[in-house]
Amino acid sequence: MGRYVIRRLLQMVPVFIGTTLLIFVMVWGLGDPVAAMFGDRTPDPATAAQIRHDLHLNDPLIQQYWIYMSNVFKGDFGNAWNQQPVTDLLKTAYPVTLRLTIVAFLIEAIVGVALGVFAGLRRGRFFDTGVLAMTLIVVSIPTFVTGYVLQYFFGVKWSIVHPSVGEGAPFKDLLMPGLVLAGVSLAYVARLTRTSVAENTRADYLRTAVAKGLPRRRVITNHMLRNSLIPVVTFLGTDIGNLMAGALVTERIFNIHGVGYQIYQGIVHNSPATVVGFVTVLVIVFLLANLLVDLLYAVLDPRIRYA
Amino acid sequence: MTVIDDISDVPTPDAKLAPLLEVRDLHVEFHTRDGVAKAVNGVNYSVNAGETLAVLGESGSGKSVSAQAVMGILDMPPARIPKGEILFQGRDMLKMSGEERRKIRGRKIAMIFQDALSSLNPVLSVGYQLGEMYRVHQGLSRKDAKAKAIELMDRVRIPAARERVGDYPHQFSGGMRQRIMIAMALALEPDLIIADEPTTALDVTVQAQVMELLAELQAEYNMGLILITHDLGVVADVADKIAVMYAGRIVEDAPVHDIYSKPAHPYTKGLLQSIPRLDQKGQELYAIKGLPPNLTRIPSGCAFNPRCPMAQDICRTDVPQLHPVGTARGSACHFWKETLGE
Ligand SMILES: Nc1ncnc2c1ncn2[C@@H]1O[C@H](COP(=O)(O)OP(=O)(O)OP(=O)(O)O)[C@@H](O)[C@H]1O
Ligand code: SF4
Ligand SMILES: [Mg+2]
Repeated sequence: MGRYVIRRLLQMVPVFIGTTLLIFVMVWGLGDPVAAMFGDRTPDPATAAQIRHDLHLNDPLIQQYWIYMSNVFKGDFGNAWNQQPVTDLLKTAYPVTLRLTIVAFLIEAIVGVALGVFAGLRRGRFFDTGVLAMTLIVVSIPTFVTGYVLQYFFGVKWSIVHPSVGEGAPFKDLLMPGLVLAGVSLAYVARLTRTSVAENTRADYLRTAVAKGLPRRRVITNHMLRNSLIPVVTFLGTDIGNLMAGALVTERIFNIHGVGYQIYQGIVHNSPATVVGFVTVLVIVFLLANLLVDLLYAVLDPRIRYA
Repeated sequence: MTVIDDISDVPTPDAKLAPLLEVRDLHVEFHTRDGVAKAVNGVNYSVNAGETLAVLGESGSGKSVSAQAVMGILDMPPARIPKGEILFQGRDMLKMSGEERRKIRGRKIAMIFQDALSSLNPVLSVGYQLGEMYRVHQGLSRKDAKAKAIELMDRVRIPAARERVGDYPHQFSGGMRQRIMIAMALALEPDLIIADEPTTALDVTVQAQVMELLAELQAEYNMGLILITHDLGVVADVADKIAVMYAGRIVEDAPVHDIYSKPAHPYTKGLLQSIPRLDQKGQELYAIKGLPPNLTRIPSGCAFNPRCPMAQDICRTDVPQLHPVGTARGSACHFWKETLGE
């Protein structure tokens, strides 16, 4: 197990370098950050040259990347367009987005798996058909449509929840945005779980469990579920990235000032430090989440652990 | 008043005389999209304690389905048992409640499946899967169950049982995995073991070892054994009697030596002729012509008639009943005398 963890950690290094370098190059192509700093005014050429030199803008790109990354690992993400340290922005924006993602993830995992398991066990019956139809509907409606519709009815018309998320993004305000964000993934999880459960109920090892005289409950919980959830856990893991990307859209609908808002501001104001800083942290969070899921996967499936 | 209390424990005279397991006129059908597949059409067989019954027949003849019906592990639906009795120690299991049947499974009747790799749970250690028998049926603690699991693994001669008890099925060789399946079946010392092609998935050399182990343990515990196979070669050494199945029926039923020396059914004869023999090396192997019937459209009369070299008109119209041949055998062929006589 220890060797497996180390191997997975080492695999993360090239992925981290690759993605951050890519975003670095892309942002660099956005335009001249020095010109953006001065807005409408034309900067004094000498001052501009000085700033360029201070920001290492004249060095080769790869060297700039190196300097930037060494600073990042010292905790210095540079300054945003308004001279606010990017670390300050990170500290206020990330907790909000992470909280939204976690709420969505929990809804997706708990509700999706529960629906899938019961549908899989009642294949072809009313509940199963209902789940299949509902999930199909959810998948085929774009998230922003569900978002605005739910916001209008539950938030504005019936005033059951706050239509937008309050200061500090408390959990109860995040429930509806979380549900909207989770929607499509939840539908996929339910369908995947259903298929996996249905497949496993026909598996030979399950027939053995019944032949051993185990009570039905035990056959299902100890034997069937654990095997059925292996592909679901993998999907949930890869879906974390999806959720984080979706969170940026959901934030806009519900006016949440999270990562999406900050990256948008960074792009509008042509601030490479903001954009690259936020994306770098996004990559780290994403890699760590994936690692966690891989470890869980290995715990669930011994064939991976000892491979 | 102890006398009255004791009455329930005394087996009824019927149970004492009755075989350990007796299957009577068992029918199983599957309701599928293409119609009703009649997989088992009136099977009769019986097994006594310490006795081995070999069930033979081509693929699809209903060997596994009838065994699963005895075990009570058929998926219903699609399966249905429209007719028949399965008497275990004199009581019809088809009339028992689900809970009663569950308590027989594993404790009194155990089953060994063909493919041990897929039949063991891939994500649970073998120690857990063996120990589970004791934890569920006898309420043992995790620790005691593990000790019992190690004991069992020793029993079926798995080397270094103590070190390997935490290993997973994929870490064992095919032969060792099948030993684990045998151990699991043996755990609660059942009265009857049903082994459904226990060696088919194994190497030839390992096959013999596993068969030997199974026969030895059966003798030691005086268990009844139903051995399902389509390999006549395996049967000769271990079986006491043989039931040959075709299209869901027993077509011949006899003590083992009778069948080998003088088959009384053309189908059995064909099966025997298709065994490779050392003294006929180089000769082309005999094969029964044609294919087993589609179970949704079983031929009228004798189900074997389209493939039978001896078929006459009567075979296409009249279903042959199991005619007694001598004392302890039967043949479901209109021309069993002619078949024997040749
Ligand atoms: N769940 C099912 N649904 C429909 N038909 C089934 C089902 N299970 C078995 N059958 C049919 O029942 C028939 C008998 O199958 P069975 O498994 O008993 O054959 P078998 O004699 O054990 O053959 P083999 O030697 O291949 O194991 C087969 O034709 C099979 O198609
Ligand atoms: S009854 Fe007729 S068809 Fe059937 S096995 Fe006997 S001879 Fe062949
Ligand atoms: Mg079979």
